[in-house]
Amino acid sequence: MDWTNATPLAALTGGILIGLACAIMLLGLGRIAGVSGLAARAFALSQTGPPWSIAAAFIVGLPFGAGIVNLISGPVIARFPSSPAVVLIGGLLVGFGTRMGSGCTSGHGVCGLSRLSARSIVATLSFVSFGFATVAVMRVLGVSW
Amino acid sequence: MVRVRIPIALIAGLLFGAGLACSGMSDPTRVRAFLDLFGGRWDPTLAFVMGGAIAPMALAWVIRRRMETPLADSRFSLPDAREITARLIGGSAIFGIGWGIAGLCPGPAIADLAIRPTLAAPFVIAMLAGFAVHRFIDRPKI
Repeated sequence: MDWTNATPLAALTGGILIGLACAIMLLGLGRIAGVSGLAARAFALSQTGPPWSIAAAFIVGLPFGAGIVNLISGPVIARFPSSPAVVLIGGLLVGFGTRMGSGCTSGHGVCGLSRLSARSIVATLSFVSFGFATVAVMRVLGVSW
Repeated sequence: MVRVRIPIALIAGLLFGAGLACSGMSDPTRVRAFLDLFGGRWDPTLAFVMGGAIAPMALAWVIRRRMETPLADSRFSLPDAREITARLIGGSAIFGIGWGIAGLCPGPAIADLAIRPTLAAPFVIAMLAGFAVHRFIDRPKI
């Protein structure tokens, strides 16, 4: 394990903000803060979900919130893959898979796990274990980023 | 009451995006360091993000049980599906493969539009294309 590069305190603080955001959506609007579903709704690629204005407002808030932190606390680190193939294949699979599986890290991972939803527990186990397996396979194959 | 819903959603999105940026989750390389179990340098940071997010949300679910309606809407609109389907597991598996390949899931990818616009935009466009492909395949048969 690599504790020298780990930032548990910042992670916990950021995590609590994410949890508060989900709590506001639940207790304020009666909705799950699931980013994949809200994004699909905001871009008119889903027939279900909240009114368009709600979905769009939440999705617009994401980059604004990150941008504010970037301004206040100094540059936020975001090291991206350099290979366009990695970005495009990854994006397609994430987009397709989250819609087919009805959720992503926020909807299933945060909102569903904290609700002890059996569906979300199964979904989270599935995407986390396939995430682990994919990185392991890429390591074996020597696929660079 | 309708008018207050949009600012509420915007504030929730702002807090969510700020949390992603604070937590390290917006850094694809760090996400992959968490998913890299066999590299000998496993980075546990993201487990703290999940733990930090689940704690207030678990409390919110407890509070929700005592509420007839949400504060700014007439009813709760929550998923009620119970069945564990192949679609749920398979879709999540496909998502997990994409997450492992690129180190990005939907929230961080969209939040990163403000941090690394030229790098995040191609991923977000590919992800929207993935939404569209699913929408096309899943459309009601006539």
